[in-house]
Order: sequence, then C-alpha cells, then structure tokens
Amino acid sequence: MQRSFLLYILITLIGVIFIGRLFQLQIIRGANYDPIHNSAVKIEYDYPERGYVYDRNGKLLVANELSYDVMVQPNQVKPLDTLEFCKLLKISKKDFFKRFQKAKNYAPYLPSVFLKQLAKEDFAFLQEKLHKYQGFFIQKRIIREYPINAAANVLGYIGEVNEALAKKSDYYQPGELIGKDGIERQYENYLRGKKGKKYLQRNNLNKVTGSYLDGKYDTLPENGKDLTLTLDIDLQVYAQKLMSGKRGGIVAIEPSTGEILALVTAPTYNPNMLVGRKRSKNSVILFNDTISKPSYDRGLLAAYPPGSPFKMMNALIGLQENVIDEQTWFKCYHGYKYGSKSTDFMGCHCGIVGRPIKLKTAIAKSCNSYFSNTYKRIVEKNNKPSEGLDNWHKHVSSFGLGNYLGYDLPAGSPGLIPNGKYYDNRYKYSWNGSTTISNAIGQGEILTTPIQLANFTAAIANRGYFYTPHILKKVNKKPIKNSNFTIAKQTTINKKHFTPVVEAMHEVFKTGTGKWSQVKGIEICGKTGTAENFARIDGQKIQLPDHSILVAFAPKENPKIALAIFVENGGYGSTIAAPITSLLIEKYLHGEISKANKYREQNMLNLSLHNIYDKLNQKPQEIASGTK
Amino acid sequence: MRQERNNIFAGIDWILVILFIILVGFGWMNIYAASKADEDFQLLSFSTKYGKQLIFICLTIPLIIIILFFNSKFYEQFSSIFYIISLISLIGLFVFGKEINGAKSWYNFGVLGLQPSEFVKAFTALAVAKLLSDRQYNFKLIKNQIKAFIIIFTPAILITLQPDAGSALIYLAFFFVLNREGLTLNYTIIGALAILIFILSIFFGSAWVLSILIALITVGVFYAIYKGGKRFIRFNWHKVIGIYLLVILFIFGTNFAYNNIFKQHHRDRFEILLGLKTDTKNIGYNSHQSELTISSGGFSGKGFLQGDITKGDFVPEQHTDYIFSTVGEEWGFLGSSTVIILFMLMLFRIIYLADTHTNKFGRIYGYGVASILFFHVIVNIGMVIGLLPTVGIPLPFFSYGGSSLWGFTILLFIFIRLDAHKNYDW
Repeated sequence: MQRSFLLYILITLIGVIFIGRLFQLQIIRGANYDPIHNSAVKIEYDYPERGYVYDRNGKLLVANELSYDVMVQPNQVKPLDTLEFCKLLKISKKDFFKRFQKAKNYAPYLPSVFLKQLAKEDFAFLQEKLHKYQGFFIQKRIIREYPINAAANVLGYIGEVNEALAKKSDYYQPGELIGKDGIERQYENYLRGKKGKKYLQRNNLNKVTGSYLDGKYDTLPENGKDLTLTLDIDLQVYAQKLMSGKRGGIVAIEPSTGEILALVTAPTYNPNMLVGRKRSKNSVILFNDTISKPSYDRGLLAAYPPGSPFKMMNALIGLQENVIDEQTWFKCYHGYKYGSKSTDFMGCHCGIVGRPIKLKTAIAKSCNSYFSNTYKRIVEKNNKPSEGLDNWHKHVSSFGLGNYLGYDLPAGSPGLIPNGKYYDNRYKYSWNGSTTISNAIGQGEILTTPIQLANFTAAIANRGYFYTPHILKKVNKKPIKNSNFTIAKQTTINKKHFTPVVEAMHEVFKTGTGKWSQVKGIEICGKTGTAENFARIDGQKIQLPDHSILVAFAPKENPKIALAIFVENGGYGSTIAAPITSLLIEKYLHGEISKANKYREQNMLNLSLHNIYDKLNQKPQEIASGTK
Repeated sequence: MRQERNNIFAGIDWILVILFIILVGFGWMNIYAASKADEDFQLLSFSTKYGKQLIFICLTIPLIIIILFFNSKFYEQFSSIFYIISLISLIGLFVFGKEINGAKSWYNFGVLGLQPSEFVKAFTALAVAKLLSDRQYNFKLIKNQIKAFIIIFTPAILITLQPDAGSALIYLAFFFVLNREGLTLNYTIIGALAILIFILSIFFGSAWVLSILIALITVGVFYAIYKGGKRFIRFNWHKVIGIYLLVILFIFGTNFAYNNIFKQHHRDRFEILLGLKTDTKNIGYNSHQSELTISSGGFSGKGFLQGDITKGDFVPEQHTDYIFSTVGEEWGFLGSSTVIILFMLMLFRIIYLADTHTNKFGRIYGYGVASILFFHVIVNIGMVIGLLPTVGIPLPFFSYGGSSLWGFTILLFIFIRLDAHKNYDW
C-alpha cells in the first residue's frame, strides 16, 4: 500500500498538470479564439447592388453596369496558346507574362485579378473560349454608370479601398470598392448596402468542402439604398454648359429648404472617365492637371474675398446695431479717406459725387464710401474696436460664414471671417475700424466660398434665416429627417432690416450693375462684385483681370432660387456673372430661355476666357489673390 | 460457489467495465467526428474509418468473453508461453512484416492489419508478473534484477529495430512495477538524473554542463576529504575516478548519440519542444495545429460534429494519435478534462484493486496494467497538448486502430479476470 502511494501521487500530479495545461489552452488562450476567422473557415462575399442616384425630378444620375474581371489561379493554369489568349484579352504577350508573374508572386494557390473590367464585347468572345484556358475564370463585378454627363464633382466616384483602411475596417476587404469622393463617399453607407457573407468549411488543402455549420452565420446581401439628390440635373447641365470655357463655380440653392439645386465647378470632367479600365489612366490626367484643376470643386473649396456682395452684410449689421437706418446718408468724393496719409484712400466708382447717398442707392451703386462709414461705426460703436469687431463677427457668423457650413459633401473650406483677436495678434492691439477698413467692402482678410455666399444670399432671400445647404433629398424615396437640414437656422438680424436690403438688391437688376441682364417677368435681386487678384511673375506683382462674383435670388417674393457665381478672371460681375445668373434663373423658373434672351445665351455659350488663362499659364508661379 | 465460478461474469469489477465502455464509446464518437466525410454514411463498413472502428469495437465483445472464459490460473501458467509467442511474432515481422512509413510493424491479412507490439505489452506484463511473483524470487540479487530487465527489454529492443521507437518507449513503464516490487529507487533516480543532464547539455551545450558537473564533483570530493581526512582518498580513490569517468563518458556519449545516431527529425522535435527552435509549418505543424484546435474548443466546446478544424483535416493523424484534439475542440475544457479524470479514475481503480490482491501474480500484473496505461496517457496527451515531444503512440481505448484497441482490451480484461478470482484460493 505504501509503495503504491508513489503511483497515486504521480497520477494525480500528471492529471493536475494536464488539466492545468488544458485550462491554459482552452480557457485562457481560447478566450481570444475567433470562431469565424480562422484557417478552417473561408468567407465568401455576395456583393449587393450599389444604390442608384436620382436627381430631384427623378432623373437617373448614377446606375450600375456589370463588368467582368478575368481572374487567374496560377497553380491551376495549364500550358496554353498565349498568342490567341492575348488576342482575346487585347493585351501584349509581354503584358501577359508580367500579369501572370504578378499573380503568381501574390499567391499561386489563390485567385487574383488578372485583367480588370473587361468590355462587354470582349467578354462575349472570351466566354466562349474560356474553357480552353484552365485556371482562368471570369468574376462579375458591378461598376458605376453615369447616363448623364454632368455633376461629376457632386457624384464623386468609387475606387478600390486603400490598404490602410481595409486593414483597420471590419467591413472592407482589400480590393473592394468604396466611395472616394462626392456623395459616393459621403453616403457610402447608404449606397453600398450590406454584403452577404457565406461561411464555408475549408480543409487543410484550402479546398472548400461545404458550408460552415450549415450556414448558421451566413447572411444575405442587402441592396444599397437609392438616393434622390436635391440637384436639378437640367439646371446643372445648363450651368455647366454656360461655364464652358471659363473657370469658376456656381452654387444654386432653394432658399425655402436649403436644397442645393446646382453645384458647378468649371472646368469639370465626364464622370464616366473614372469608370472601367481607362480609370487609372484618366485619373492621372485629372489629378495631375494642377493648372485648370478639374478635380477641384471650386463651388465648395475656392475661398476668395467676396467683394461687393459683402456690403449687404455690413448694411444688415449696421441696421441691426442701429448705427445706420434707411435714411442715414453719407457723401462720397470718389472714395473714402481713412487715414491722414494721402495714400490712405479707398477709391469708389459709385459716380455720385458730393451728394448724400442713402442705403438703397449705396447698395445699388455699390458705394465704397457708404459702407466704409457704416463699418467704422459698427466696429467703433463702443470705442473698443476689438469688441466691436467681435460683435460684427458674431453677426457675420450667424450667416454661416467663416466656418464649415455643415453641408453633406466631403469637400469644403471654412473661409475666414476675422475677429477681434485676429487683429489683436496681427496689429499688437493698435488697430481700429480704419485699419481693417477693407472688410467694409468684402476685401481684406475676409474669405468666403461660393456655397457660403449662396447660403448667405438664401438667408437674405428668406429675410433672416436659412436651412443648411444639403444635397440629399430622399433615401429610398423617403425624405430625409436629418434635423441639421430640416430645421431653419436664424440669423442675428431682424426680419424688418432685410426689406431695404432686398429692395436695393432688386434695384441692382433694375437700374444698377445688373440691369443689362434683366429677365422679363422675373424680379431678380442680386449684387455683383469683383475680387482683385494678383500674380507674382518674375518677382513683380502684376494685377490680373478681376474675378467676377455675383449673388442673386429670384423672384423677389417667395424666392425659389438663390445663387452665387464666381468666374476666375471674369472681369466685372456685370459682364459675365450677371448674364449667366439671369440665364440660370430664367431657365429654372421658366424652364426655357425666351427668344428675347437667346442672344444672351449664345454669347455666354461662346464666350471663352482661354486666351486669358493661357496667358496666365505661361508663367504659372504663385498666382495669388490680393487686396487693395 | 461452484455455480458462481462457472458464471464468467461473477465477481468482475463493474466500475472498470463501465469506465472501459465510456472511454471506448466516447472514443468512437470522436473518431466518427474526425473521420466523417459528408458524402455517405456507412456505419458498419470497412470503407470508412469510423465504420471499421465500430467493427473493431464489436469484435472486442467475443474477445472479452474469451478472456473471461479462462480461469485465472490459466494466465499464470501460460504466461511464459504467451510471452514466447509474443517474441516470435515480433521476430516474424522482420520476415513477413509489411512496411508502412518505413517501419515493419504490421502483419497484413487482407482487409485487416495486425500490429503485434500492441499485444506484446499485455503478455510482457504477464511474464513480468510471473517472474516477480515466484516465491524464490528475491530482488536483492543482481541476477534476478537482470532477469527482469531481460524480460522487459527484449521486446522493447525488437520493437526499436522495426524501427518503432515510440512503441518501444512504453516498456519504461515497467520501472513503476519493478519499483513497486522492491527495486530500489536508485535506478529511477540515476535515470532521472541522466535524463536531466542530457537535456541540460542540449540546452546549454555539453561543454558548459560538463565543466559545471566536474566542478560540483570536485567540490564534493574536497568536502569529503575535509570531513574524512586522508582515509577517504585511500579507500575511495577508485570510486572518485570512476565517477569522473562516468560523467565524462556519459556526456560525450549522449552528445555523440544525439548528433550522430538520432536522425535530424528526432533532434528537431526535441529542440522545438525545448523551445530552441520555433516552427509552426513543418515539424512543429502537428503540435501547433493540435494546440490551436484544442484552444478553439474553449470552455464547453463547439459541439459534437461541429469542430470546423477537425472537419478541415488540419490536424494530421487526428483519428489516431491526435484524437484527443478532437475531444478538445468539440467538447471543450469540460470534455477534455473529463477524459483525463476518467483515465485517472480507471488508473486509481486498477491500483486500488491490485493492492487488495492477496495473490502476488495478480497484484504485480495489475501494477503492470496501470503503469502501461498511465505511460500511454502521459505520452499521448502530453504530446497532443504540446507538453511532450511528438511520439506516435495511441491513446488507450480512444485512438483509431484494431490492434491497439484489442491490445488494451486484452491488457485490461485479463486483469479484470484475475481480479474477479482474487478471493478464491487457487
């Protein structure tokens, strides 16, 4: 009995060691075990159809098309007639071997893409003969198709997910498609749907032997959701046509909802360029064009001094702060002298010399002196310019200027609206209204983007509030419920102060700078502007033709459309921006251009600024916008 | 009394029988899981592994009845004959054996192959019991010790020559028996020390271990001289020199054997286990996969037939030597530790019963059975859970294979037979 003790102890000891080891393996290490992602389970994805995109009137903007990738699994490839095969695929023999080697280097026993996105006709031919080429097979893929060649900047494009994201994400696998820009990117989650997963049992030879746990974890694909945009594609197409030969941007908004009716950048590109096999070639062309920048959305990104349209802002603030009223007048002597030196003078082109100018006239004639006086009164109201400017900043910001607007597109610029601190830092606390007088006329440090200006105009059209501009109207035919877009945002200006400003803007198109662009039967309210810009060529600062700017809304009562347009080097707002604006408004409100205005349409369609751009591009250094 | 003696089931230990049935039954379920293909289901058929195993299991019933049919006395009297037949069957392999995986371990009878080494264990145990239970036998005599060693190591050497070193290894289990029956622990201690030195010399290099050992011995010798004075040297000088020589010879000898007699794959297995090499692809693949498979079972396992790694055949030899990994995957920590506990219970029961034998033959045979089973469980499960190097021996009652199942059945049921009659004076 005593000696058996040794065996009892040994058996117990070994039992405890073994159970301890099992505890370590199964309880401690087993806790990290992923039942699905291991070598015995293969996941196969079932890709859903990506959602379609429609414009506000239900016109199809983005659809799907089947595309065919030629796949290869190198270890299954048998000797083949390369010559014939290359002919079928329309590739060179050298290319064939390069591609084959690449696939082989990746993994000989795994399928990889041999040739992407075969054309439909090529596929039909190949399909008949494919059985001769073992190891090659076809994989269907869905690619995007754009029936209407427009709004590429809004729609964006899809492309293969980058590796870093694929690694981080628990949804995307390398090689899968993801929205890269525009609404494809913004609403990726709606559009992509949800891919179905099939879990398959795999054996040690990497061969699939059946479904895993009888499909317990399998999921069906969910189709992507169809999106309806706020865009009016007819207006968009028309606007793009009008902008041909020019550089710039147009943003049109429906003031009563904040819906973006058109978002144009010029030059632009055909959205179909970034689809299919030509994609990589074309994207190089597009993204490397740093001069005309077709992939740069000027409507959202181009931050420039707004120029004269900003005078309305100062007028509204002046009225709200009670430093002016409708009857307040100033005199103008070809300009405004803001300092003691002879150079401290801001010129003015209002043409009314020495007579009192009231608010309406000041806006209609764009009098610099009037708004310089007003601005000075606003800023120096409490003898503390910093406080005054902060107050001014508060009002300006309430129109959505100086910050990202919060619209639903993945590109944007905050622009710039300076506050007291900004100048305290810059001028070491010794500054006043005069120092920053350029702000009075929308020059100086102020920067705004076309969409911000369009929204600003919409707020005026609404007499005091706006809806954050947005591009998405419906998801699967159901209106969006995002409160950011459906609840109006109030500005800090009382409704009554808008009346004189709107009247004045109306005057602009009746008697002022826009009078040559009137449309019969439509009461357009607007304001033209120019932004000066300079280039540094061979070390010399050279003034370039001004950027043309215009904001407008129509009709005066119950406005249906508010827009901002900006044309690079377009000269006075009245010569290019105004006629384009009136054409767009007429097109949108009447559906067509009246005979009387056909000449205007023709002029604008034919007008090209390329000779100016070409001249600039000969010395493409540091083209910068500047101020007086 | 006579009536009871005619009933072959009289007095048998039902606990052992029930443990046997549970282990064999559960073993078959796991073989079924590990070898099931989705195509067709053929329960009693030679075309599937699980079908074959089920036939083997059914055939244990007549085997058990035959074993129980014979009188206890029969096994004692015929143990020498069984042993000699065993040796002949082993020797016969060199002539008639069928070579599988480079070893001639099998007789081939058409659909059925027999592996004699699986049966010889039981008969060696009988022979050892017979020898040690002799009234004349006295363990103090070197002559008797050598007799025992010859009985144990003759089959072991024959099996090594097949070559099937793994199956030969289990004959070391008889040391438990010898020790229980009076062999001093010195052999075991020296053996353990030798193994320790061997492992250390691989781990740290033989030169280091040798210098440290010599330094230790020298310190010991000086201490003895200091204590015992010059007399110590005068009377023990030959022993001192002997120890030095033995240590040097042992280290150089094992080093030589390790590097020149062992094959590279043996060395690799060993070094992977010692952590000197990491390898999850080639040789280490088995252990790595098997550990992974067991880990994946978690606490309660994936469920019967739900083991996806098992289904994917990722663990080589999973229905035979690595069957325990299926248990781990499909039945989890609960199932695998239950199996270990079942084996422990069976071993405890055998030892407990053996100790109650008044008859020396039955007692010694009982220790033999327990030791052999114990050794198999240690080496097999130790290998599958990655604690011991890869040695291909089956898990008793669990692993696929007719020979091993019948071998263990014979081993166990002879004991059950002997145990049933222990209280009769015969």
